[in-house]
Amino acid sequence: MRYEAPTTTQEAANLIAREKGEAFVLAGGTDLLVRMKTGLSDPTLVVDIKHIPAMQDVKTTDSGTKIGAAVSGSRLNANKKLKKAWPGIVEAANLIGSDQIQGRATMVGNLCNASPAADSVPAMIAAGAKAVVVGPKKRRTVPVEKIATGPGKTSLAKGEIVESINLPKRTGKAGDAYLRFIPRTEMDIAVVSAGVNLTLERGLVKTARVCLGAVGPTAVLVQKAAKAIIGSKLDEESLDKMAEACSAACTPISDKRGTVEYRTKVAGVLAKRAAKIAFKRAGGK
Amino acid sequence: MTGTLVNTTVNGDAVQFACPTDESLMDSLRDRVGLTGVKEGCGTGDCGACSITLDGELVCSCLVLGVEANGRNIGTVEGLADGDKLHPLQEQFINHAALQCGICTPGFLVAAKALLDKNKNPTEEEIRYALAGNLCRCTGYDKIVRAVQAASKDLRKKK
Ligand SMILES: Cc1cc2nc3c(=O)[nH]c(=O)nc-3n(C[C@H](O)[C@H](O)[C@H](O)COP(=O)(O)OP(=O)(O)OC[C@H]3O[C@@H](n4cnc5c(N)ncnc54)[C@H](O)[C@@H]3O)c2cc1C
Ligand code: FES
Ligand code: FES
Repeated sequence: MRYEAPTTTQEAANLIAREKGEAFVLAGGTDLLVRMKTGLSDPTLVVDIKHIPAMQDVKTTDSGTKIGAAVSGSRLNANKKLKKAWPGIVEAANLIGSDQIQGRATMVGNLCNASPAADSVPAMIAAGAKAVVVGPKKRRTVPVEKIATGPGKTSLAKGEIVESINLPKRTGKAGDAYLRFIPRTEMDIAVVSAGVNLTLERGLVKTARVCLGAVGPTAVLVQKAAKAIIGSKLDEESLDKMAEACSAACTPISDKRGTVEYRTKVAGVLAKRAAKIAFKRAGGK
Repeated sequence: MTGTLVNTTVNGDAVQFACPTDESLMDSLRDRVGLTGVKEGCGTGDCGACSITLDGELVCSCLVLGVEANGRNIGTVEGLADGDKLHPLQEQFINHAALQCGICTPGFLVAAKALLDKNKNPTEEEIRYALAGNLCRCTGYDKIVRAVQAASKDLRKKK
């Protein structure tokens, strides 16, 4: 196995594009090294992206906030400005594993690993986040919901690397929240999860995005759920409608952590709770 | 020596080793640097027995490649004591009988130190969350939590 640690995204993309064997980006390695250890992957090339300065910082400009692909969960947690603007994103990223895992794990690794239960993904999708993708020939910006296409599968072509996650600019009254249900209090995989992001105008929900995790092959953005609360004061009736839309959008599997019926019901309940938290964070009453 | 040459700092000392590129830092530290305080419980990030600090950040060394350590600063349990003088955490683990078989202990000590470096006076809940990535099949955790609370008190008194 060759190990490379380039200092630009372009070089990293070229290295992977040129490799004939199995090549992987190495971010925090908390998925990749487990795959290698358990024999699921046997790469001929690993490209460490942690030496690329463009991937290492969190920057807020007039157009929004850019989070580099190599920024770990613990660095997101230490960023007070980001936590204030996007508490839902940071709480979702911080749910990934233990403190040890947080020291390494990235949101982009979480996204590109493409687990249906990936915790940071519904929060990013609810936020309307976009991924900046750099390939050997061109660079493109795509909505986060377009990256994962199924369990373990992404829309990234060979050599394409996510350089950063771009969050839209925060203006006016806005809030987001992420909740996951697990049978324990720590260190478990989401049975169901929900991310909600909304803005308010004159006390009413002006815009909203609702995204569910672990209830289908990828995270699901539920437009009908958002519609149910837009224009409302988040009264019980709109919340119930939102919960119904969420349950209707679920296509989960049954496994030892939850049945189809259970996941479908809990999805609505969690989305309601997350919406209430986001509403409160936005200053709603 | 075969493999890739890695120049790193371990517990303050400059260290050089060579390892295959796909070797975990846990294996490099144990087999090449001789620091067997780094324990292997699972090798997949679940148990925390291999906990170290990498540039001050708590990580599982089984989920880091040995070659990634080049130019970085590593802290292991071997760096906790000051010569013959045990760290307050080590003293309190003994006082509270917070270990039985001991395989989990180095990881708990490193993780607990990382917590106390950031948070001088953690609540019981904060301690339990901070140590959630460390598994112990012997003690039932309670004695470990008490030992960390006692060490945190000792460290605050010292200042
Ligand atoms: C003990 C333990 C507990 C965990 N708990 C959780 C949990 O609670 N919730 C959860 O969601 N996950 C959990 N995980 C899974 C994992 O930690 C996360 O998915 C994490 O976010 C992965 O990020 P990483 O930076 O470590 O990814 P890596 O392992 O570095 O990469 C993951 C995959 O994405 C690719 N990749 C990484 N970065 C890029 C990029 N910039 N461009 C293109 N491809 C890229 C890699 O090639 C690889 O295929 C856990 C893992 C462990 C070991
Ligand atoms: S050996 Fe590394 S976490 Fe278990
Ligand atoms: S003392 Fe035996 S595993 Fe903790």
